[in-house]
Amino acid sequence: MSIITKVKRKQIEQLLEKDNRLDGRGLLEHREMKLELGLIERAEGSARVLLGKTEVVVGIKVEMGEPFSDTPNEGVLTVNAELVPFASPNYEPGPPDENSIELARVVDRGIRESKMIDTEKLVIEPGKKVFVVFVDVYVLNYDGNLIDASALAAVAALSNTKMSKYEIEEGEVKIRSGYEQLPLKKHPITVTCAKIGNKLIVDPWVEEEQVADARISFAIDDDDNICAIQKGGRGYFEPSQVFEAAKIAKEKAKELRKKLNW
Amino acid sequence: MPILLEKRQVVAPGDLIAEGDYIAGDNTYKEKENIYASRVGIVEYETKRVDVVALKSFYIPRMEDIVIGTITEVGFNGWMVDINSPYPALLRASDVLSRPFKPQKDDLPQVLDAGDLVVAKVASYDRTHDPQLTVAEPGLGKITRGQILKVTPTKVPRIIGRKGSMISTIKQETGCNIILGVNGVVLITGKNLEDEQLAMKAILKIEAESHTTGLTDRITQMLKEENIKKGGKTE
Amino acid sequence: MNEKPEKLIDKKGLRLDGRKPDELRPLKMEVGVISNANGSAYIEWGKNKVIAAVYGPREVHPKHLALQDRTVLKCRYHMASFSVQERKSPAPSRREIELSKVIRESLEPAIFMEYYPRTMIDVIIEVLQADGGTRCAGITAAALALADSGIPMRDLVAACAAGKIDNTVVLDLFDTEDKVGSADVPVAMMPNLNAVTLLQMDGILTYEEFEKAVNMAMDGCKTVYALQKEALKTKYVTTKGEEESKEEEVEE
Repeated sequence: MSIITKVKRKQIEQLLEKDNRLDGRGLLEHREMKLELGLIERAEGSARVLLGKTEVVVGIKVEMGEPFSDTPNEGVLTVNAELVPFASPNYEPGPPDENSIELARVVDRGIRESKMIDTEKLVIEPGKKVFVVFVDVYVLNYDGNLIDASALAAVAALSNTKMSKYEIEEGEVKIRSGYEQLPLKKHPITVTCAKIGNKLIVDPWVEEEQVADARISFAIDDDDNICAIQKGGRGYFEPSQVFEAAKIAKEKAKELRKKLNW
Repeated sequence: MPILLEKRQVVAPGDLIAEGDYIAGDNTYKEKENIYASRVGIVEYETKRVDVVALKSFYIPRMEDIVIGTITEVGFNGWMVDINSPYPALLRASDVLSRPFKPQKDDLPQVLDAGDLVVAKVASYDRTHDPQLTVAEPGLGKITRGQILKVTPTKVPRIIGRKGSMISTIKQETGCNIILGVNGVVLITGKNLEDEQLAMKAILKIEAESHTTGLTDRITQMLKEENIKKGGKTE
Repeated sequence: MNEKPEKLIDKKGLRLDGRKPDELRPLKMEVGVISNANGSAYIEWGKNKVIAAVYGPREVHPKHLALQDRTVLKCRYHMASFSVQERKSPAPSRREIELSKVIRESLEPAIFMEYYPRTMIDVIIEVLQADGGTRCAGITAAALALADSGIPMRDLVAACAAGKIDNTVVLDLFDTEDKVGSADVPVAMMPNLNAVTLLQMDGILTYEEFEKAVNMAMDGCKTVYALQKEALKTKYVTTKGEEESKEEEVEE
């Protein structure tokens, strides 16, 4: 972790006292967001998100495979995240570390628990063959709030995903021409709040993240239900702050949903 | 503005001991106007200061402490010493030889080798460096015989007793010489193994029962009884 | 394969294991169980059996990982192969890696990290038998192990989960309830400082249900906390008892 100077920390805290942030944002304001769909033609679905300078690309591959033994009548969803070594001076090449694993599992949770994908419609032959949806998150530039950027890119990529049409002829699966949209039921949106002193801020920038006591992320579905929560960081929240953050997340998710037309 | 707990009450981390204008002593910390325990132990207080006598702790060096340590490594110009602390200590060759170290002439393992025991004093220590030891004072240096015992450092004052009363009793009844390192390492040197083991037994008993009352009497009684048993054997 | 039960709560409002919605499973805690470690604890929470042990503060290996201004806290959460219904490979799974991280982050606020720069504290949690809520059991045991080792702490960390089954918010789900139910919310806190150090959720809850679940879990944490304190303080009581029986022996 790069060392954040005591001077910088004080600067951030003083600005927050006046409800200001280093980049001039309000406490509950997101950075500028850009969303691009379908940039990777080889993938069945893809999306690129720029949240401030944080950049994440998600590619979706849909293949045929076996279902899990305890869910024989459902398709499979699997999420992986890679913190690409050039994304930050502190990233090193190697197998997934705890940060990329946590990121993948939190993104997975939001999608899975909200039942975003209609996995029952992904069954080809019950108990034997199903569609397996691979969600691969690639962080290209780390400038804070990977969770929200990755979750957004993953959901956007999935809503842009096409699967091959198929027929079962004489017990064999034959691919036909044409495509179908991945059957989706929901569009979960994840909002992360960071706590610095007694202030809660939305969409923390990298330097705010380094100074923050802790962060908490909420995945909210189309009906304003909470489907995933993850507290992270080496500090703590007071119970009242937990509830306040949940309310903030609900509000911001609603705003974003409107903007994105989901 | 009260102290909320009685003396000798058992506390665990997070227990509120006092509210108001008190000083946070050993094994406590102050948050806003409250003093909380930070270790499992027993509450003690005197006028304005609240302490917790900890059940278990580990040794963090302080300048001038007398410690007993084990040589773990013979280095290039000195030795690494295990002083029963999270921090390894350094004993420089020049300190032991009482003159500058000459690599061609001086054979360090001959002077002190891995596994040797030393009584030393903490010469320097701060948050940014490992502690440095010195043996350049009377009474310090290599230990050639005796039994070594480790106790949790927080109990050392109890083993010493008020004005040294407890340790004097043990020395007297067992005829042993006892050096108590502040770091919880104890050196017992007696006339024979039996005497040394009796002293060890007494010290371990104090460690186990340090929070109880009437301990000095029980220890004295135990030592006298063991001595009678021994006396009985010779008859 | 076990069949999934239809109802998790019966007409009398009792759960499959006979508990009421706000009832904790039986808990047993013991401190100082691994003699080699600096501190340790064993917990039985319902059918969960978990051991936690602490080494440290001690020298950092490898040296370059040492921090100049604080201690390094490491945590490993692991489930034994035989702890679950279907044998699990001993290699750390992604779930165990994530849990190791969140558990470490739940304990760190309780430790005075700045007291021992250039040292390392290792927290090792092993689940011997699992029946839902192992991370809460692990955190609870780990906090005891830290206190047992004599590492100074701001407060103990107590953990407990709440969730939703059959449209009812309930406390402390066991494995079947977790698998079949609609939400699980594990919480860890330092009760005296009113600080939440772990909070996760998977499932679907309205905001109101979420609030109810978190409050219920925090109450559960406070009950667990009282049991932790008892477990730490029994050492003093036991020794007194031994003393008295020894005195009796001497008199004979």
